[in-house]
Amino acid sequence: MKAFSELFTRIDQTTSTNEKIDALVHYFSIADDKDIAWCVALLTHKRPKRTVRSGELRDWSVEMSNIPQWLLEESYHIVGDLAETITLLLPKNSLHNDYRLHSIIDALIDLDGKDEAERKAYILNMWRQLNGTELFVFNKLITGGFRMGVSDKIVIKALAKFYDIHENIVAHRIIGKWDARHTSVKELLAQTDVNDDISRPYPFYLAYALDTPVDELGAVSNWQIERKYDGIRGQLIVRDNQLFVWSRGEDLMTDKFIEFHPLADVLPNGTVIDGEILPMKNGEVLPFHVMQTRIGRKNVTKKALQEAPLMMICYDLLEENGEDIREQPMQVRRKRLETLLEETGKLHNHLPLVLSPIVECHSWVQVADERLRSRELNCEGLMLKLKSSTYKTGRRRGEWWKWKVDPYSVDGVLIYAQRGHGRRANLYTDFTFAVWDGEELVPFTKAYSGLTDKELLQVDAWIKKNTLDKFGPVRSVIPELVFELGFEGINPSPRHKSGVALRFPRILRWRQDKTAKEANTKDDLLELLNVQ
Amino acid sequence: MLSFDDNGIYCKQANVYIDPWKPVDKAIITHAHSDHARWGMKHYLAVHNTIPVLRYRLGQDISIQGVDYGELFEMNGVRISLHPAGHIWGSAQVRLEYKSEVWVVSGDYKLQNDHISTPFELVPCHHFITESTFGLPIYNFPDVDTVHDDINAWWRQNKEEGKNSVILAYALGKAQRVINKLDVSIGDIYTHGAVDNINKLYEQQIGKLPLAKRIDASINTKDIQGAMIIAPPSADNTPWLKKLSPYKLAICSGWMQLRGARRRRGADRGFIMSDHCDWAQLNTAVKATGAENIYVTHGYKSIYAKWLQTEYGLNATEVETLYTGEQVEGETDITKEQQADEGI
Repeated sequence: MKAFSELFTRIDQTTSTNEKIDALVHYFSIADDKDIAWCVALLTHKRPKRTVRSGELRDWSVEMSNIPQWLLEESYHIVGDLAETITLLLPKNSLHNDYRLHSIIDALIDLDGKDEAERKAYILNMWRQLNGTELFVFNKLITGGFRMGVSDKIVIKALAKFYDIHENIVAHRIIGKWDARHTSVKELLAQTDVNDDISRPYPFYLAYALDTPVDELGAVSNWQIERKYDGIRGQLIVRDNQLFVWSRGEDLMTDKFIEFHPLADVLPNGTVIDGEILPMKNGEVLPFHVMQTRIGRKNVTKKALQEAPLMMICYDLLEENGEDIREQPMQVRRKRLETLLEETGKLHNHLPLVLSPIVECHSWVQVADERLRSRELNCEGLMLKLKSSTYKTGRRRGEWWKWKVDPYSVDGVLIYAQRGHGRRANLYTDFTFAVWDGEELVPFTKAYSGLTDKELLQVDAWIKKNTLDKFGPVRSVIPELVFELGFEGINPSPRHKSGVALRFPRILRWRQDKTAKEANTKDDLLELLNVQ
Repeated sequence: MLSFDDNGIYCKQANVYIDPWKPVDKAIITHAHSDHARWGMKHYLAVHNTIPVLRYRLGQDISIQGVDYGELFEMNGVRISLHPAGHIWGSAQVRLEYKSEVWVVSGDYKLQNDHISTPFELVPCHHFITESTFGLPIYNFPDVDTVHDDINAWWRQNKEEGKNSVILAYALGKAQRVINKLDVSIGDIYTHGAVDNINKLYEQQIGKLPLAKRIDASINTKDIQGAMIIAPPSADNTPWLKKLSPYKLAICSGWMQLRGARRRRGADRGFIMSDHCDWAQLNTAVKATGAENIYVTHGYKSIYAKWLQTEYGLNATEVETLYTGEQVEGETDITKEQQADEGI
């Protein structure tokens, strides 16, 4: 635990990627296999099941630190993180311990199913022995959400460096399902056969948003241009006559997509397709929210199947006849994808697979025009992929770009504010915005991101001076500040007072030139809904 | 005896304000930070050794009277004296007594001994006005010496890695406190002009500090290597600071107790060092004064007032003021004009 806490501190105290990698490599060199397995698992979002509820942690910590419950809640609102709040509130001790990371996690996992007295006894006993960072790390292990400022990419680089294995191979081996309790990272990485775990997906290659003028990208003929669809990015895998569907968030979602199940017998074994899962009817893409209601459900009803039939728009072929072809150039992979879909289509009707159409353009002007058509096709914009590009891992610049349409925008009035979490703790940064409905302001969205740190501080200071009322952690403020809000889509929503729900709302800019009266109206929103 | 009006904390009987934020005739100033010592008063009164800083910040021509700590004076029957607040060097609490009722305005204060300020003196009273900058149980400041050891260890390590160490600290108070305990055997100490100006006043009034060189035109920044540089918070993200690369940056503040504040600030290190009271110090001070009536100003005032009411049964009320307490988000304790003067 000491070594892992030191790793945490080193990573927490630097913003340099190289220093983070060095810290991890150092940890791998001193920790034993079991601790390394949990370290890698925690940092790549494979958390053990939670066995202590936050209500219990609150009760027990209040008891041990001898403060009233309301003061813990107030403190929590300021700190913005329960694990940290408890760490700061618990009395200090001067004990030493030599717990190990894996033994603590094993003990926490074993609390599952135990009665409250037993779980409480364990937690309190640990609280009496741990201090400072170790105590914080322990509390984080309980509450989950372990974020250390380390991306998957950094973990992969560190593993690649320490074990001297190519990054792509590392990325592929640690993705997917493996149990940290019974896996040695060394062995996991040393496996030679790709198919030892037949469900294992490849790490997704992601694009950055285009940030240079499009005509600086060179000849348009070097680029494969496709639409950017608004669905769930996924990987469809058929190996050993079994089908697996992974989402980009590394969730295995095979059960949710009944439509794809026949593919297990249709696609050749050793096929991995990268694509977008979305609802389609009569060859037309339906809006995202049609699928959203269906995804959340445990059982897919017949009605849902009819209303939101899902297809995969196929972007790329990553594995062909069991061979990893990611190092082949885009145009080769594309040809093979076309052939595969064509041949399979000849043998079977009504496959839920569609080739992502190429948008034929002869000039960047034409590309720009096509981009503007995105919304009418229920698309988010265009994807630009260099025809010579290999299929890389993670988000990379240069060879793949996404060129999205400009978001919708609406001017809203700030009416409520709440303190943020993490690095925004203690600052009012979570905002609720309203539009005019006659003389009344109706809330229509929340937004958390988009302002610079400097603006956040200015708005925070303004909120503290212009508070009308406090309801728990929420403050209502004088309706005066106007912000331009951007969003990707708008859907009808009977649950909201404004009648609409926005997709990916964020702040585009602070309209210091506008008064509250000049903000948009509810009718403006409803109009957007209609033209969509 | 005291009331809170639009100008500040007012004593009607003596016709004097304490730390007013608007221009008035007579003002008693607890200390020279800019949220307490403002421009435009006809007459100022403060402890002797803080006068040079007030003149430096508010103008050489201000009308100001100096008193010693504990020296008793009268204003229209009100017996007034100033007592050490332990906040920064020259900082004071103001005690006012009239018809056997005693009020204490503590300004900003702390109980920890920082080795440069005259330590806090407990002044029993009936009415106590207290700040609440760190008035939550999550704030438990570490032992002062440990923090200085950490700072020196950090400096040593940075030097080994071939980097400078930069600490951002208030020019008045915190900067002298940090410099005072630096281990000069590690390397050279440099200061930003704003810090050096205050250091000179400290050395005139109070005593010696370890040798620190002012970074001015005569210094070639290439010669600054493995050194410790003390600069005000406003120097962050400036070309002035960039010239000192490669360096590691640290912030000294009570806010560094919270991980979120540390990360938001983007510094390499946050040292928990404050010139204000933490939770335990506040509670100790409030109880020890014996006051029944507590007025809670700048900070977590509603929470702290509620705590004093419910836990100690005190008559605690929150009071709105324009004091800002400890700032860390790129703000400074001096005005824009002074920044321009000092070339920040």
